[in-house]
Amino acid sequence: MAQAPHAPPAGEPRAELERARAEPVRTPLSAKQWVWLALAGVALIAWPHVFDAPYQRHVLVMVFIYALMAQGWNVLAGYCGQISLGQAVYFGIGAYSAGFLYANYHISPWLGMLVGVGISVLVALAIGLPTFRLRGHYFAIATLVIGEIGHTLMLNWEFVGGATGVWIPIDRDSPWYSFQFHDNKLPNYYIGLGFLTAACLVVVWLERSKAGLYFRAIRDEPDAARSLGVDVTRYKLVAIMISAAFTAVAGAQFAQYVLVIDPETVFPLLLSILVVLMTMLGGIGTLWGPIIGAGVLFPLSEATRVWLGGTGGAEDLMIYGALILLISVFWPGGLLALLRRLFVRSGDA
Amino acid sequence: MAPGATLTTEIVIQTIVSGLLMGFIYALVAAGLSLIFGLMEIVNFAHGEFMMVSMYSVFGLYLAFGLDPLVSAPLCVMFLFALGVATHYGIIRHILNAPMLVQITATFGLAIFLRSLAQFLWTPDYQSIPDPIVSGRLDLAGIFIGVPQLVASAGCLLAFGVLYLFINRTETGMALQATAQDREAASLMGIRTDRMYALGWGIGAACVAVAGVMLTNYYYIFPEVGFIFALIAYVAVALGGFGSIVGALFAGVLIGLVEALGGLLLDPAYKYAIIFAMYLAIVIVRPKGLFGRF
Repeated sequence: MAQAPHAPPAGEPRAELERARAEPVRTPLSAKQWVWLALAGVALIAWPHVFDAPYQRHVLVMVFIYALMAQGWNVLAGYCGQISLGQAVYFGIGAYSAGFLYANYHISPWLGMLVGVGISVLVALAIGLPTFRLRGHYFAIATLVIGEIGHTLMLNWEFVGGATGVWIPIDRDSPWYSFQFHDNKLPNYYIGLGFLTAACLVVVWLERSKAGLYFRAIRDEPDAARSLGVDVTRYKLVAIMISAAFTAVAGAQFAQYVLVIDPETVFPLLLSILVVLMTMLGGIGTLWGPIIGAGVLFPLSEATRVWLGGTGGAEDLMIYGALILLISVFWPGGLLALLRRLFVRSGDA
Repeated sequence: MAPGATLTTEIVIQTIVSGLLMGFIYALVAAGLSLIFGLMEIVNFAHGEFMMVSMYSVFGLYLAFGLDPLVSAPLCVMFLFALGVATHYGIIRHILNAPMLVQITATFGLAIFLRSLAQFLWTPDYQSIPDPIVSGRLDLAGIFIGVPQLVASAGCLLAFGVLYLFINRTETGMALQATAQDREAASLMGIRTDRMYALGWGIGAACVAVAGVMLTNYYYIFPEVGFIFALIAYVAVALGGFGSIVGALFAGVLIGLVEALGGLLLDPAYKYAIIFAMYLAIVIVRPKGLFGRF
């Protein structure tokens, strides 16, 4: 590296990214930040009561699910630098574990979710152990094809419904056992918010822990990290396990929310790409990036769909694709970096 | 073994022939991808969509002027060359030094855009060119070969040969190689590297266009048609080693054969899964692919 890592030229995409990643480590929150955080918390709790139309709540529930999944990807790719393009596998495992066990054996989806997390973590280990030797594009494409293998296997595995998928029976009598809420979407909202908050706390802990430092060392300078005695493979495995667990929880929650799952909805490549795009849009390797990304992208795609009508003309995806392209080219640090540049003066931070 | 079929010599030969014919198409698609990667270490995730665009441009010229794919082929290949060059100047030039992830999302964004644009313009329906000039089939001692398939493979192999000679025998080709090896040294030698990159993108898109145009004689045209070809090309390029054109040829043919034989011996539903599993097995043993130089 000819360039000093601390002073990349301004305006370069890499510099943008570095700036976006330059999260303060171990700095206590200032009083002002606590106030903002408390306000945000109150706003999120009050939100579904102010905007109480089912559709408005629905959008937020989906945002929470996507944000959780994006946060899972962010841990693995944003903090640890392992670019996975197959996150749908863990999402699908979470969704199928909860949905299939409930539909066929009447096992509570809460337990099914735990089973899903367990299986996802094991699958993540099985994927990570051999593929973490691969670098760059080889790793990314390996995860991409693993995602497609998973998709194909689920399409052809008749035991779990094959291409038809799983239809989760409706249960109105015991909402908490069946993890289905038919009266209104409030429980879904608060459960989604709760899981997302828990995931964010894990990321906050990561940012401040030794493991988090090792993650970033592995991301930025893998060879240096190894030579300084960081057990690179072990920490990569920790990252992929956390990532898989978050994603599986999101999948289980999704299954119990929409009640119909099939390989096309929970195992597609587009889902794996979507979480990448969301995180990139918000700001990769930052706590808030995935949340901002999901919070902007999902409502945006809904809005364009409502707006331009469901004509099957794919106008919403066109805008979406163009947006992703423009953001990647012009603001690779994501919206967070952009906001920070607009609102935080350098001396102020 | 697929149920109900018996494995005769004819069926095996037939399968190998079909696999080879498909393999040459995969090889050319992969060669375009590999060329771009070799030049600038960017994986073009919109590669399949370039192919899709080339197929729709054939279809559009057929609808507008009744042109046969054979006639519109040169126009469409040139159009894709221009699209590749434009992609370089409009998008890629800005993200040359960006992290890999930014390059991935930028080209994915382009892919999503092109795919939905096609859906917007032509609906998601499957289209095909009725009664192309190239049609019919040959009967070689009980082995049937579709003429469109044969022409497509021959066309791809020919294009591959031209590409190989261009890269290795012409001055511009040498300049491309020099740029791939060392951008700074090349530019010190007076090579305009930015132009070389644009040329690389043009050629890469033209390669995939040749494959796409040839496919329109017997394949359906729909917005997601490029997806599986691109996926296979990524596997082929990674198998052959990123940046290796000859590697892409071997990997493309290998994939064609494995796909055909795997579909015959196991289950056609798993034929792509088998290719992907083969990719995993090979890169885990050889993390830089079969012919990798990076």
